[in-house]
Amino acid sequence: MSNDTNTDVLVAETGLEEVVEAHPTMDWLREERMPHIWCPGCGVGTSVNCFTRAVEDSGLKREDITIVSGIGCTGRVAGYLRLDSFHTTHGRAIAFATGLKLAHPKTTVVVYSGDGDLFAIGGNHFIHAARRNVDMTVICVNNFNYGMTGGQLAPTTPEFYAASTAPYGSTELPFNLPYLAQSCGAVYVARWTVFHVRQLQKAIKEAILKTGFTFVEVLSPCPTLFVRRNKLGGSLAVLQDYKERSVVKNGLDAREVDLLPDQPIICGKFVDTDRQNYIRTAVEQMQQKLGDRYRIPDTWQDVLS
Amino acid sequence: MPSTDTPHVLTGAHFIDGDHAAAEGALAAGANFAAGYPITPSTEVVERLAARFPSTGGVFIQMEDELAASIAIQGAVWGGAKAITVTSGPGFSLMMEHLGYGVMTETPFVLVNVQRGGPSTGLPTMPAQADIMQAKWGSHGDYEIIALAPSSPQECFDFAIKCFNLSEKYRVPVLLMMDECVGHMLERVVIPEPDAINIHPRHMTQKPFGAEYKPYSTDECGNGCMIPPMTKVGMGHYPHVTGLTHDDRGYPSMTVAAQNNLMRRLTNKIKQNVDDIIMIEETDTENADVIVMSYGISSRVCHPAIVRARKEGLRVGFIRLITVWPFPEQRIRELAESVEAFVVVEMNLGQMVREVERCACGKASVHLVGHTGGGVHDPEDILAAMREAVE
Ligand SMILES: Cc1ncc(C[n+]2csc(CCOP(=O)(O)OP(=O)(O)O)c2C)c(N)n1
Ligand code: SF4
Ligand SMILES: [Mg+2]
Repeated sequence: MSNDTNTDVLVAETGLEEVVEAHPTMDWLREERMPHIWCPGCGVGTSVNCFTRAVEDSGLKREDITIVSGIGCTGRVAGYLRLDSFHTTHGRAIAFATGLKLAHPKTTVVVYSGDGDLFAIGGNHFIHAARRNVDMTVICVNNFNYGMTGGQLAPTTPEFYAASTAPYGSTELPFNLPYLAQSCGAVYVARWTVFHVRQLQKAIKEAILKTGFTFVEVLSPCPTLFVRRNKLGGSLAVLQDYKERSVVKNGLDAREVDLLPDQPIICGKFVDTDRQNYIRTAVEQMQQKLGDRYRIPDTWQDVLS
Repeated sequence: MPSTDTPHVLTGAHFIDGDHAAAEGALAAGANFAAGYPITPSTEVVERLAARFPSTGGVFIQMEDELAASIAIQGAVWGGAKAITVTSGPGFSLMMEHLGYGVMTETPFVLVNVQRGGPSTGLPTMPAQADIMQAKWGSHGDYEIIALAPSSPQECFDFAIKCFNLSEKYRVPVLLMMDECVGHMLERVVIPEPDAINIHPRHMTQKPFGAEYKPYSTDECGNGCMIPPMTKVGMGHYPHVTGLTHDDRGYPSMTVAAQNNLMRRLTNKIKQNVDDIIMIEETDTENADVIVMSYGISSRVCHPAIVRARKEGLRVGFIRLITVWPFPEQRIRELAESVEAFVVVEMNLGQMVREVERCACGKASVHLVGHTGGGVHDPEDILAAMREAVE
């Protein structure tokens, strides 16, 4: 931390009215782990900024939040947050989080990972957790490729766009992630880009405060790989593109929100509904079948009152 | 009658199979979380847990595959639970990545493998002991693991408890390496009073809420201790847990030194405690000319062969491995000095026999009585091997 004199010098030298000494949400970060590994211009860090502001806004206590990541550039998020944090295996963050949530439901579980992690190798766990309505929030930073391993094809890579393992362009139909989440039973589904920092922050806050399986897709540039390989300019050009092409359509059926080149990028909250979550359903069923013989797991009492 | 306040311990004598006995052992050990994916011949274990947990305050969830089951239990452990997963053959292969994750993150849990014939789908309903090397070497990287091999339903019960205790004590996944025979064989199983069951509690950090806590520091556990005390979510300790090579704060550290420190501690915490961990059963080995070594169901088939060999005048000793891993290296080396030959009886085409060969170091001859699985050995084959060994 610099002292006042340093600040005065900086203010004088830069001509800025105010110099921010530390990251405003540094309290939620593991400062001793900085600098982080993300490239300049990468959108993952921006999304984390929205996340930390969202948790601060949410009023949740630090000890009541658990962050779980898989593997990838986005998978490194867990390790930078000053929370109970778990960096699991590639694709399995949701399965880990399911066990953790059912053992200790008092904690608000957030799974924070990449598009490849969550929807290629981990796709099976995503659809089942959504179907079960396990109470957790999944935040997916969708940068349309595998960043960590050098820009390979992802299940989100748009058709005909190049990736290191699709040098002549992908010939596969990508997932429409909000539609996938909606059709599997997620109770909250939103999409924003890292250009929409305020909206993203609000969506994350809503998602983590909502009970049930909630999903937020975050479109984000990977300037080092996807953006460069496909000659989309740099990060700023991508943000400009997000700004120009995005259209907010809250409540739109997620079937209609495919991401297509040169078409509008549809953002907003597509699903916000209620469905009894896994734990409540289990408790009701067991009580009905077993009566007095049923013993509610001790840790479940916290979320039933 | 089981007492009503400890319904998880079904004190009394039962006539049940090894799968059910293993489930009861887990309950008696205090397991309160299980995740599984059905696979013959292990399914009865999860079926039993699914039926029993709701009245004992536990949670069972059938996951979408074995990858999910074997990591869901680890999430549960960090949520404070005592957890178990159960599988066989193909499922065991799928769980290998998460066995390594458990070793690396020092997450205690029990993994039951009711072995069937392989490779691939193999013999779903029939026994084998051909995953014994996979238990030790199946996950990538160097690691030390603990694995026990029961030879009866009673031992499925007893060893399930031992597995939990060892797992908590050493913060390592522990494998209960059953096989289809013991899994499906019905025998008398005596479940003791709850008070008579020895439970090793999880060693939790004493750091207060909000205090600085390093999840992989051994400072708190005293001189020479290699097993850091644990925490769980919600304690104000904010651990970071990763499968990457990490320092004592749990933070990734990609250096030769960090890898060396971590790997040495993770392997030494087992290697330097083999006297506490290893359990073997030894009979008449002192003056033996030939020692039969076996484990699990195969060890029981050795008995009639040994009785006959002794009648023929052969001086036969017997060693049964209770812990297959770590291997009783020291003891086999000692015995190799005095004995002429080892006969290794196992339901595979030669796995633990390699360990015996390695330890015998050419000082005693080593003979395999292998079997490709699907049924137990013919005692005649074991007898023939003993005769041949001393010729
Ligand atoms: C089982 C396994 N397979 C492959 C890998 C290699 N790997 C690491 S990260 C990754 C892809 C990550 O992509 P994504 O989830 O989109 O994250 P990003 O880096 O783009 O944020 C892959 C394939 C691995 N770590 N584990
Ligand atoms: S490779 Fe891409 S996703 Fe990874 S840090 Fe760099 S810009 Fe971000
Ligand atoms: Mg990606």
